Amino acid sequence: MKVLVFIKRVVDYNVRVKVRPDGSGVDTGGVKMSINPFDEIALEEALQMREAGTADEVVVVSAGGNECQQQLRTGLAMGADRAIQIDTDKTLQPLSAARAFLALIEQQQPGLVLLGKQAIDDDNNQTGQMLAALWGRPQATNAAEIVINGNSALVTREVDAGLEVLDIDLPAVVTTDLRLNTPRFVKLPDIMKAKKKPLDVVALGELTSHDDTNLQIGQWSPPAQRSKGIMVDDVAGLVGELKNRGLL
Amino acid sequence: MSKILILAEHANGQLNQATAKCVTCAKAIGGEVHLAIFSNDGQAVAKQAAGLADVSKVLQIDHQDFSHPLAAQIAPELAAQADGYGYVLAPSTMFGKDVLPRAAALLGVNQVSDIMAVNSARSFKRPVYAGNAIVDVTVPADSLVVATVRTASWAAAGEGGSATIEQSAPQSDRPAHTRFVELRTEAGDRPDLQTANIVISGGRALGSAENFEMIYALARKLKAGVGASRAAVDAGYVPNDMQVGQTGKIISPELYFAFGISGAIQHVTGIKDAGTIIAVNKDADAPIFEIADIGLVGDLFQVIPELEQALS
Ligand SMILES: Cc1cc2nc3c(=O)[nH]c(=O)nc-3n(C[C@H](O)[C@H](O)[C@H](O)COP(=O)(O)OP(=O)(O)OC[C@H]3O[C@@H](n4cnc5c(N)ncnc54)[C@H](O)[C@@H]3O)c2cc1C
Ligand SMILES: Nc1ncnc2c1ncn2[C@@H]1O[C@H](COP(=O)(O)O)[C@@H](O)[C@H]1O
Repeated sequence: MKVLVFIKRVVDYNVRVKVRPDGSGVDTGGVKMSINPFDEIALEEALQMREAGTADEVVVVSAGGNECQQQLRTGLAMGADRAIQIDTDKTLQPLSAARAFLALIEQQQPGLVLLGKQAIDDDNNQTGQMLAALWGRPQATNAAEIVINGNSALVTREVDAGLEVLDIDLPAVVTTDLRLNTPRFVKLPDIMKAKKKPLDVVALGELTSHDDTNLQIGQWSPPAQRSKGIMVDDVAGLVGELKNRGLL
Repeated sequence: MSKILILAEHANGQLNQATAKCVTCAKAIGGEVHLAIFSNDGQAVAKQAAGLADVSKVLQIDHQDFSHPLAAQIAPELAAQADGYGYVLAPSTMFGKDVLPRAAALLGVNQVSDIMAVNSARSFKRPVYAGNAIVDVTVPADSLVVATVRTASWAAAGEGGSATIEQSAPQSDRPAHTRFVELRTEAGDRPDLQTANIVISGGRALGSAENFEMIYALARKLKAGVGASRAAVDAGYVPNDMQVGQTGKIISPELYFAFGISGAIQHVTGIKDAGTIIAVNKDADAPIFEIADIGLVGDLFQVIPELEQALS
């Protein structure tokens, strides 16, 4: 089975981004960029499937400018067999991304497609579901466990009430949650090896000519700050303060 | 005037309160508000929905395939029902996040995720970068608005409505490729985390599932819901549905207690709308104190029993 994993280049989760004073966006100049954490988990899962013999090829795909080749190379160093860059200088809204991803799926014919449940920059949580809809295939979002059984898979999903198990036919789209696995560290020799692995570039326009941008992004602002609180010395102080405020 | 269709969430014959919060957001947008209920037997839920203030119609679409909330089944039907509406909304719960983007793609539009405020009928505020930035998103007049509503930003709509209930059968085909197997819940008798007035959370510092019993005991005393940091969930002290934060639950209780939680941005983003935040941490420099309304530097293993006693 071939597994396609979509990985997005995002501001590293440890960076506290700041809104530019003119409200035109956030400052990303010079900040550390990484593979979206959920996508790294998706890639780790695909690699474990290959190691277990359920997958035989792992392909990482990223849509973006040449800078996303950095994350694709990291994906190759983690162990992906090959990489594809969907070359675009535009910020793709989820439906546009899904449309392009579907075109690539039709070329590559994977048995399983993995995405992160959400990109930690736009926090949209849409692309996987949209891809599954356009493809007319099953979706299992927020996966905490994936068990492949031949032509179907049992996926345990994180839902508000606890855990839900779905049985889905393959091919299918699965999006990953944090508890699915812990991604491996990249070793130095693997970074060297990754330089020799194939990285193909396909122009966005070769995959889709459809423009699905229907949202206009306007002014950015910093979040409302909570006003500075007080410190109390002990439990008596805490209880007193709560009573004063009428909270107990 | 525009018509707004809200995808209702329910379980065990009970309408989820997240739906009533969507109604409040819909009111801020302005328009006629309808609710869609997909169920195998939606009568009881439809009645509750019809009683929500400002809802004028409830669409009750019953089919055995809707006995479990599967996106692959519900999304095509929701898209079919959306005909004639200017807006399709759902709560930003796991259910809404699963179903709505699938419907949005079938309707050919991007979704506005997590509306936290309405600037105008077509312009909305939503959080990005784990709540580190807020952005205005405008949907042009010629486009359908499909959006999830960040429930922590909205109060629940009241009661006293008397909407008409319209029953119908599904119009679209339902795929056989996705099958429900089971739902595993650890439903206890504690108040629901997302609707509780008081929530008490524990972090990695609790150290074990057994030690979490201290948190449960305090919660019983205060009739509070119980939450946890990701670290506590990952360590197996508590089940995943108790996680508060960016990738867990976004909550807005009146009172939030954080015991032994450092205050990572991903956790804090889940409690920003809480009324009063109380933090207990033995490290005076813990970032949680930057956002806490009342902070106490101390060892939770001493503070919790003392607090319990003080409250007796
Ligand atoms: C993409 C992504 C998403 C994430 N989503 C979430 C999320 O939704 N929710 C979430 O919570 N986290 C999330 N995280 C994880 C987050 O970054 C932190 O790692 C996590 O919140 C830390 O949990 P903690 O505060 O319990 O543990 P720690 O950071 O280890 O903090 C433990 C705290 O306990 C204090 N302490 C220790 N002993 C005692 C004692 N005896 N008495 C009092 N205090 C004591 C310490 O001083 C410390 O401050 C996410 C991370 C990523 C990368
Ligand atoms: N430009 C991109 N390149 C590769 N993958 C992407 C891209 N945009 C979104 N994705 C995938 O879609 C998931 C969900 O993204 P989003 O819907 O934006 O939250 C991400 O975790 C990625 O797996």
